[in-house]
Amino acid sequence: MKSKWKNASLTGWLFVAVPAGLILLFSFYPMYQSLLLSFQSGKGSVYNYVGFNNYVRLFSDPIFKQATFNTLLYLAIQVPIMLILGLVIANLLNKPNLRFKGFYRTAIFLPCVTSLVSYSILFKSIFAVDGIVNQLLMKMNMIDVPIAWLLDPVWSRVVIIVAITWRWTGYNMIFYLSAMQNIDPSIYEAASIDGASKTRQLFTMTVPLLKPIILLTMITSTSSTLQLFDEVVNITAGGPGNATMTISQYIYNLSFMYTPNFGYAATVSYAIVFMVAVLAFIQMKVAGDKK
Amino acid sequence: MKRIRLMMVHTFLILATVCSLFPFLWMLVGMTNSSSDIVKGKLKIGNMLSTNINKLLEITSLGNSFKMSLMIAVIGTLCTLVLCSMAGYGFEIYRTKGKDRLFGVLLLSMMMPFAAVMIPMFRMFSQAGLLNTSTAVILPSMTTAFMIFFFMQNTKSFPRELLQAGRVDGLGEWSLFFRIFVPTMKPIYAAASIITFMNYWNSFMWPLIVLQTQDKKTLPLVVSSLASSYNPDYGVIMVAIVITTVPTLVIFFLMQKQFVQGMLGSVK
Repeated sequence: MKSKWKNASLTGWLFVAVPAGLILLFSFYPMYQSLLLSFQSGKGSVYNYVGFNNYVRLFSDPIFKQATFNTLLYLAIQVPIMLILGLVIANLLNKPNLRFKGFYRTAIFLPCVTSLVSYSILFKSIFAVDGIVNQLLMKMNMIDVPIAWLLDPVWSRVVIIVAITWRWTGYNMIFYLSAMQNIDPSIYEAASIDGASKTRQLFTMTVPLLKPIILLTMITSTSSTLQLFDEVVNITAGGPGNATMTISQYIYNLSFMYTPNFGYAATVSYAIVFMVAVLAFIQMKVAGDKK
Repeated sequence: MKRIRLMMVHTFLILATVCSLFPFLWMLVGMTNSSSDIVKGKLKIGNMLSTNINKLLEITSLGNSFKMSLMIAVIGTLCTLVLCSMAGYGFEIYRTKGKDRLFGVLLLSMMMPFAAVMIPMFRMFSQAGLLNTSTAVILPSMTTAFMIFFFMQNTKSFPRELLQAGRVDGLGEWSLFFRIFVPTMKPIYAAASIITFMNYWNSFMWPLIVLQTQDKKTLPLVVSSLASSYNPDYGVIMVAIVITTVPTLVIFFLMQKQFVQGMLGSVK
């Protein structure tokens, strides 16, 4: 009997061994290599340890500072807009007898099936100087001269934020909607009888009940914004100047566009590791404390 | 008062719907127009469709790219399903403290930014002589902690009496998995496969790094390189975008329920 159990336990390890091994090989091992690499400098296949040189360089590198600023700017502006918008739409769609509910839900979710490259280029063409958005704004008399969206440092960031919001709002909305459908409707009836308005109900009842899911969407969108690459490369290629460049794109450029400098690129990548870890920690701490 | 409120709700939702759907209309109309009309914002159907298609076929090896994309997505998805469901099953059914700890460690990989992993991985694949192959695209993302977690969560609701009954019938542990678990969990596999397929089909950064020659490029790489050329032809690009997007749209409309289930997957 005992040997049979041992057998079963061994089988259990066999089930997990290969997949676990692959994750170790393709995530943990490269992470470790990257850390080693971040203390090295060199070209081609010859790399030497240079101590903290790369890290010192980081703090005086204007492009790194610009890329970090841009990335954090997208994070600070885009993520809150998207999550609040997703929450508001989910709340409207959660009404039991709203007409065309299914149609709205599908339509707003649909951007999620597009590839990041495709939608980026669609937005690039929509925001062309003589393009459809400028024409619309001019017809509505909101602007007199066309805005050079992608040639202006501020407007190009706006385009990127608008594009990402278009792609991901429906995605987050679906998470909220499914969580809202698990809330017992009778608590809202009780609140309505007590005279709480719909808006008040959203903020004092729905949001606290959705806290775990809001935290989840916050962490996932924070982490993906910190790693932003596809959109920026395809909409603006980082320009004008480096006005829209993100950290991931800078790492890519350092490794594969300029003369390859894998050592310094690895150092920059550890800046993202650091930021992801710190922000996830803060978010979990803040959400945990309010319990 | 209530009517006005309801009207405002609909107005807002219609506006959101129009914004969501407009880029789809834009790409469909765009593929029938010339590049200069597109950047001038033309919203009427033109007569350039066949010209655009012919030019796209001429300047890219689209057939190859479509095959490459499809092969990567299909093989990648199959490998992911086998490996991640095996692991999820193993972690849940043969649960021990040691395995729980290992799983906890694996979850950390979800916090590892791809940019930090890609350089050593690029060197690894380069040393192995695997650059410019579909293998290089498939291997790194076929086992993810996310998918293992997804299968683990769904295994929790799997009726274990079935396994017990199978053991009584004399099935070995591996047959239990392949002959009882897999067939019972078909809907879960469907959900997981859609999400995985989409991820492979749409992936950009890693293929961009490892696939280097024209004939190996996947569809997103083709679209991207067309658009980043000195004088991009948007009519042609729109055709390429439509070709890239239609398969995922079809899958979405055929399997909307499984799609959402796969996405929400481990949350519920």
